[in-house]
Amino acid sequence: MSEGMTILFALAVMGGAVGSAAVLTWFERRLLGIWQDRYGPNRLGAFGIGQVAADMLKLLTKHDWVPPFADKWVFIFAPTAIVIVMLLGFAVVPFGPDLHIIDINIGLLFFLGMTSLAVYSVLLGALSSNNKYALLGGLRSAAQMVSYEVFMGLSLIGVVMLTGSFSLQDIVEAQRDGWYFISQFLGLFVFVIAAIAESHRLPFDLPEAEHELTAGFHTEYSGMKFTLFMLGEYLGLILISCMITTLFFGGWLGPWLPPIVWFGIKTFLIICFFILLRAAIPRPRYDQLMSLGWKIMLPLTLINLVVTGAVALWMYGG
Amino acid sequence: MELILFYIAAAVALFATVFALTRSNAAHALIYLIVSLLAVAVIFFLLGAPFAAALEILVYAGAIMVLFVFVIMMLNLGEEGQERERQRMHPAVWVVPALLSTILLVEMVVLLTKFDGPQTGALITAKQVGMSLYGPYVLAVEIASMLLLAGLVGAYHVGRRFRSNDSDEQSIAKPTPESREVNN
Repeated sequence: MSEGMTILFALAVMGGAVGSAAVLTWFERRLLGIWQDRYGPNRLGAFGIGQVAADMLKLLTKHDWVPPFADKWVFIFAPTAIVIVMLLGFAVVPFGPDLHIIDINIGLLFFLGMTSLAVYSVLLGALSSNNKYALLGGLRSAAQMVSYEVFMGLSLIGVVMLTGSFSLQDIVEAQRDGWYFISQFLGLFVFVIAAIAESHRLPFDLPEAEHELTAGFHTEYSGMKFTLFMLGEYLGLILISCMITTLFFGGWLGPWLPPIVWFGIKTFLIICFFILLRAAIPRPRYDQLMSLGWKIMLPLTLINLVVTGAVALWMYGG
Repeated sequence: MELILFYIAAAVALFATVFALTRSNAAHALIYLIVSLLAVAVIFFLLGAPFAAALEILVYAGAIMVLFVFVIMMLNLGEEGQERERQRMHPAVWVVPALLSTILLVEMVVLLTKFDGPQTGALITAKQVGMSLYGPYVLAVEIASMLLLAGLVGAYHVGRRFRSNDSDEQSIAKPTPESREVNN
């Protein structure tokens, strides 16, 4: 692609991601409703899709308030940070054979780096709020995200070993003989759990657990800034679904239909799976979450790493 | 083009570091330090070491600095802490260290003008880094891993739970020392 086309495509990806995140707020509630044998928001427009516009209008016209006891500039910066890093993460996603914003040879590390920077948004938001619930939520999320980041990265090393590259296009190309969710099942399992913990969605939303911490790290946020936090969370969900598609389900590979359609279908199904998890699994206690991470997930990842390494060495030679 | 980007990133790194040193609010100082690390990552990238740049973001900005923020949140210093920091910025405290580091700066400038500056050009991929780490430098990697293991065992010893008072408060405080060591 030429430089101008790349810029246009980048803008399209950004618009698409933000748009999908907005629609997802309605889609998630609707899907949860159906699974829980109720309707969900179904009044406004066809199937209730007008709810998206109504929610946006309400959130954006609310009074944009900074509490007088908050650390003003950090308070404003925190919610913007998560949106920026999540949108940057989309830069390395391969949507089709030649359809990417950039294909750098450290693409996977770039994605991991961006998700690891997202934690600052939560931390700084919590710290600048000067609120005890926010502080507790921030402390939880710092420990949770730093812990789960360790094996989120480690679980992907199996994929990198089999491909021999950090470039996401190479990883997709290497899956022509078989998608990695078969050979890297353990990796996929750990990555999905770590990804939910990283994006602090239910069932791992302990940083904002509403029955014990009011709203956790975003207790003091409202209006536009709260919307940015929500947008960041949904962007994170979409980005992680894109990455699972790319790394474990063959990315844009697939017969008959054009590549981008395959990519869209797979990503959509994975998003639905995440919403189903939210509907099906209750929230664990905080110490359970931590011991699950360090006592089960980490050993599993290390086993996966050793076995994959041995098989790769046996198959491809030293 | 690359030269301009390099100077911008270098200037950002310098200013951010100076601000990180002089802010009396610990949280603000940390944000400047994170910005400085990100700027250094950009410099690594421009010098043709994308792998080092990615590690700089992942390890320093993404993990170690998070733990610093974590500690600041735990201590929750507030106004008193800021007041104490302001007193530390009294000239009597920083003049001698500043003089000593100025001498080092002059030495470095002299050295840099004698030799050529950092060479740009050759791209160092992740594969090359891995091959040299597990080839000629394998001994250093092994020694570093032993050091980390010692740290891990030490952290476990400090943070371990005693069987006699097996209460919930302790189990909540438990993960921190472990996660710190693994991420280093």
